[in-house]
Amino acid sequence: MNRSAMNSFAIDRLRLAAALSLATVLAACSGDTPPPQYGANPDLPEPTRGLMPDMVIASPAEWGDRLPIVPEGFEVRAIATNLLIPRQTLVLPNGDILVAEGRGGNAPSLKPKDVIAGPIKAAGTTQVESGNRLTLLRDADGDGNYELQTVFADNLNAPYGLALIGNDLYVANQDAVVRFDYRPGQTQASAAAPETLAELPSKINHHWTKAMTASADGRFLYVGIGSNSNITERGMVAEADRALVWEIDVATGMHRPYATGLRNPTALAIQPGSGQLWAVVNERDEIGPNLVPDYLTSVREGGFYGWPWAYWGKNVDDRVRPRNPEKVAQSITPDYSLGSHVAALGLDFSSEVMGPEFADGAFVGMHGSWNRADPVGYKVVFVPFRNGRPAGDPIDFATGFRDDDGTTRGRPVGVTVDPRGALIIADDLSNTIWRVSRTGATQAPLPPPADPQPAGTEGEGASDPAADSPSGQERSG
Amino acid sequence: MSASIHHPHVRTFHPLHAVLLGGATVLFLGALLSDIAYARTFEIQWNNFASWLIAGGLVVAGAALVCAVIGLLPSRRTRQSVLHAVVLLATWVLGFFNALWHARDAWASMPAGLVLSVIVLVLACVATWLGCWNTRFGGTP
Repeated sequence: MNRSAMNSFAIDRLRLAAALSLATVLAACSGDTPPPQYGANPDLPEPTRGLMPDMVIASPAEWGDRLPIVPEGFEVRAIATNLLIPRQTLVLPNGDILVAEGRGGNAPSLKPKDVIAGPIKAAGTTQVESGNRLTLLRDADGDGNYELQTVFADNLNAPYGLALIGNDLYVANQDAVVRFDYRPGQTQASAAAPETLAELPSKINHHWTKAMTASADGRFLYVGIGSNSNITERGMVAEADRALVWEIDVATGMHRPYATGLRNPTALAIQPGSGQLWAVVNERDEIGPNLVPDYLTSVREGGFYGWPWAYWGKNVDDRVRPRNPEKVAQSITPDYSLGSHVAALGLDFSSEVMGPEFADGAFVGMHGSWNRADPVGYKVVFVPFRNGRPAGDPIDFATGFRDDDGTTRGRPVGVTVDPRGALIIADDLSNTIWRVSRTGATQAPLPPPADPQPAGTEGEGASDPAADSPSGQERSG
Repeated sequence: MSASIHHPHVRTFHPLHAVLLGGATVLFLGALLSDIAYARTFEIQWNNFASWLIAGGLVVAGAALVCAVIGLLPSRRTRQSVLHAVVLLATWVLGFFNALWHARDAWASMPAGLVLSVIVLVLACVATWLGCWNTRFGGTP
């Protein structure tokens, strides 16, 4: 569907201050409901971009007595509050939960619009300072109440991706993958300073989040490294070693590009059984409210997914110069559209513990749009799978984060399936960790400590779209 | 008695007004040259330069516009001062559109941004000429 050029254009950042009031007026005029863009073959309108951007910024509000809305048969509770920007979580073998807290990025303002848009977008995010730490949550008696909330490690640098391989806890800071020794039951890291496994590209860090997960055999870490711009507006030189997924050998720290052309791979997860790497990726802005869909995809080794020259397969993005028809021809079409501008920042595969309806599929946390007249996202969805592939439209799993009037109580980021039968949701607006558990399901007893063999894998990413922007472009998205 | 050299029909033109018009014109010229450089090289920094030069041009042209409005006071108004103000206003409005256009990412600002920069520069030159032609320096703006 092509919307009129005047009423719709999502953009990354705002232009000039005077544009804002106009944009608000224009936004108010656009009432058409966007077509659902789910699945393998989303409708892709022609690129549009008017003179004025759509910007609908969340109006933060307290939760008060309210809670996220979850499906029948589930209950939700806040298991940790007053965190310092929680992004991703990791459930440890003994049931403890680690939370990565922080905000990164140091992209300078390049144009007048960057100077103006930064504070405006920041108004839709939390006002607390970056925690730069890991918090540990413990529910020792399995009653669903996490009575212990303590700092596991601090002085990190915008930690995001988390993975446990045996007794090695890996943390993806915004500039490096670091390793802690982990002993089951620990509530505080034994070493004050972790050991660096591999430096990560971190110059500018327009998209700063470093999503991470471990391979099924525990030999490799996969790290998502987002692009350094929306669409090359910081120059092609800034995009060296960006918009890709690295494979890092944990034995040596050596790395290689595993897949490229992934604009902002904000969450990675290994599919149980197949061992296949999957990612959610945030796509480019400023060519319309229904372009380009953020997506969930299996990540092919050596695959190229289009950014910056092409989107959703071989659709050319004319904003990129010089052109590169050869790269366009190589561009792989992603598996599953989640919808444009939803800002998918969390991903984890489900299992039987989530009940029959949600057993086979993946949970996706959606941070929510800010650059679209009709806001989207602001929820956690479940993408059902069949035979190892996405099958069917996403099902709302946790909603109620945002009201139609713009009142926004929370913004989901990382999602992690707790083997005790719950979904852990990090909310970086209210700085809360939510736990959505099956009603009446008795907590499984804690598994025996120390599973010497591999592969705790978690790690998702969240970016400020503004991470996107210097404040968080989030030039985000 | 020698003949008076007073020419009451010649408008006075304040030096500040002249400086502002000249500054705006040069800034818009710089923006155009930067656009040309970006179009020829795809080097993004030229695009950033153009955005800031346009922003600067708008600030200076806005001040010049204040001077031009003073020239519309009944005691000062002439056909030329009215035309000057109108063209300068057009320069500013198109310059503002140009600024919005240049806020688009990467090549999305082209080629329309370059065309707008040409138009804005021509308008700025015309406004400047209308402002200073057949005037003498001095007096209040």
